[in-house]
Amino acid sequence: MGHLLKLVFRNIFRHKLRSFLTMLGLVVAILAFGLLQTVVQAWYAGADMASATRLITRNATSLVFPVPIYYRERIRAIGGVKAVAVSNWFGGIYKDQSFGNFFPQFAVDHDIWFDLFPEFRTSPQELLAWKHDRRGAMVGRQLAIEHGFKVGDTIALKGAIFPGTWEFNVSGIYEPKDETTITRQMYFHWDYLNERLKQLFPKRAESAGLFVVQITDGSRAAEVSQAIDREFRNSLAETLTETEKAFQLGFVAQTETIVMAVRIVSFVVIVIIFAVVANTMAMTARERLAEHATLKALGFSPGFVGALIVGESVLITLMGGVAGIAATFPVAQGFKALLGAMFPVFHVTGDTVGMQLAAALAVGVLAGLVPSYRASRVRIVEGLRHIG
Amino acid sequence: MAARPIVEIAHLTKGYRRGDQVVPVLHDITLDIPEGDFIALMGPSGSGKSTLLNLIAGIDKPDSGTLLVDGEDITRLGEAELADWRASHVGFIFQFYNLMPVLSAFENVELPLLLTSLGKQERRARAETALALVGLADRMAHFPNELSGGQQQRVAIARALVADPTIIVADEPTGDLDRRSAEEVLALLRRLNAEMGKTVIMVTHDPHAVQSARHVTHLEKGELKIAAAAAD
Repeated sequence: MGHLLKLVFRNIFRHKLRSFLTMLGLVVAILAFGLLQTVVQAWYAGADMASATRLITRNATSLVFPVPIYYRERIRAIGGVKAVAVSNWFGGIYKDQSFGNFFPQFAVDHDIWFDLFPEFRTSPQELLAWKHDRRGAMVGRQLAIEHGFKVGDTIALKGAIFPGTWEFNVSGIYEPKDETTITRQMYFHWDYLNERLKQLFPKRAESAGLFVVQITDGSRAAEVSQAIDREFRNSLAETLTETEKAFQLGFVAQTETIVMAVRIVSFVVIVIIFAVVANTMAMTARERLAEHATLKALGFSPGFVGALIVGESVLITLMGGVAGIAATFPVAQGFKALLGAMFPVFHVTGDTVGMQLAAALAVGVLAGLVPSYRASRVRIVEGLRHIG
Repeated sequence: MAARPIVEIAHLTKGYRRGDQVVPVLHDITLDIPEGDFIALMGPSGSGKSTLLNLIAGIDKPDSGTLLVDGEDITRLGEAELADWRASHVGFIFQFYNLMPVLSAFENVELPLLLTSLGKQERRARAETALALVGLADRMAHFPNELSGGQQQRVAIARALVADPTIIVADEPTGDLDRRSAEEVLALLRRLNAEMGKTVIMVTHDPHAVQSARHVTHLEKGELKIAAAAAD
């Protein structure tokens, strides 16, 4: 085994430029594969954050239609429901409409909001300050970093859905539980929104974009969802209740084609590098026909000869693959810095690294398989004739 | 008393398929090679001498006939058995040396010993002895591209003898060498034969090389013509 590895290792460096270029191709391919897989995972980040004990109740017709706020009390009275909080998409413009200045803002039930989302870590003092300030806002850590928000700052938003200029005081900054938690949002009092709407657009007041419903037992999600929707059947605003995960996946489904395209491209990259490595290994095996025939003449088995080619193929792809994986982390950081507004969670997971490693290994084994089989089956007499 | 035959060939035939046709290469060859002999196979191109050498070395199979080496009918052996048999019975010397370019002279010579049960120390001792025997004790760490053609062929000879084979087969061993290097290689083969008692079977075109052999066998159009002492 040691001798086989020695031969494999030395053979790799016979054509340094060829091996280097093949490895470079591997680095680029595995890096691209890892980044694209991370993009796909980032797409699902919202759904991954979802809790099994949270349901979303919204207008059955469409998310753009509100539901009356008094539904909150009726939902709260349904068996299995622990808490209900309102959430309205605000859609305010910060500074200008550039992509970099976009961030989500929600008008929520300040009293219980952070009880429903334990993945957001708050300081008790800041939370108390927020609850006592009608114009208070809680800002996520990532958002605070991006825009330099600090406690005590005033954030002015121009309402796009709710006209006017809206000012908020940063009461606190909430932290993520871990790196999968998105903290690129701002939460403020639904009461503040509602009070101003009563003054400015009374018909739009007293309504909710959706309700976040906390249930006592995640396994009863379907049953409770049906009970909620039954409660409002044949009313003016029928509801649709689903798990938070299903709700988030509904958003992803709208861009399913893009996700699918990204997935396909990530695998196409691997297929292309497979073709490159397979060609390299076929060329290598052809050039060494006489050596393989000599080894067989000396008594080495066809398996040994085959293992030389597969071993070389696997070693090249693993070296390139590992370098590609190592490069994925800093490149992903750069990617996140550039596209944080689009992908608040852009984190290279263990699964992605596993897939990259598996892809490199699969390329190595498959690319070496046919040349290896041919090398192992070469007739000694024909192989020796190949010399000159 | 005559030496026992180490190679016994009887009614051996061999042809190669080209498309639908079978082109006969060897026809009804019957030949005994005594143990300890140094035999040269001669003949024009296409006469079948290399094919006969390949059959004796067990790297090709005849269509019919029997071929016994050291009493064993190698035509009956399967591929894996034949590989094991070659490892322990045959030392190869090729026209173009066929050394592994990524291995040093020492590692090339050690190569056949990797197929034996010998330990590292024993392998090292044997490889060093073989290289010393061919006069390359000081070139053990050199790679083939750092050696001249004659030196590479001497490494190949060391590789051929290191596992103490029953027969040594040499296909045009001087074909790629200048006169001086060729003479050195032939001198080595004579030593292996005379001092170590190795049976050497050599294919050659070179009239000088033939003079090193004890016997010469001529082949023409796949048939054995003359078997005579080299001095004749």
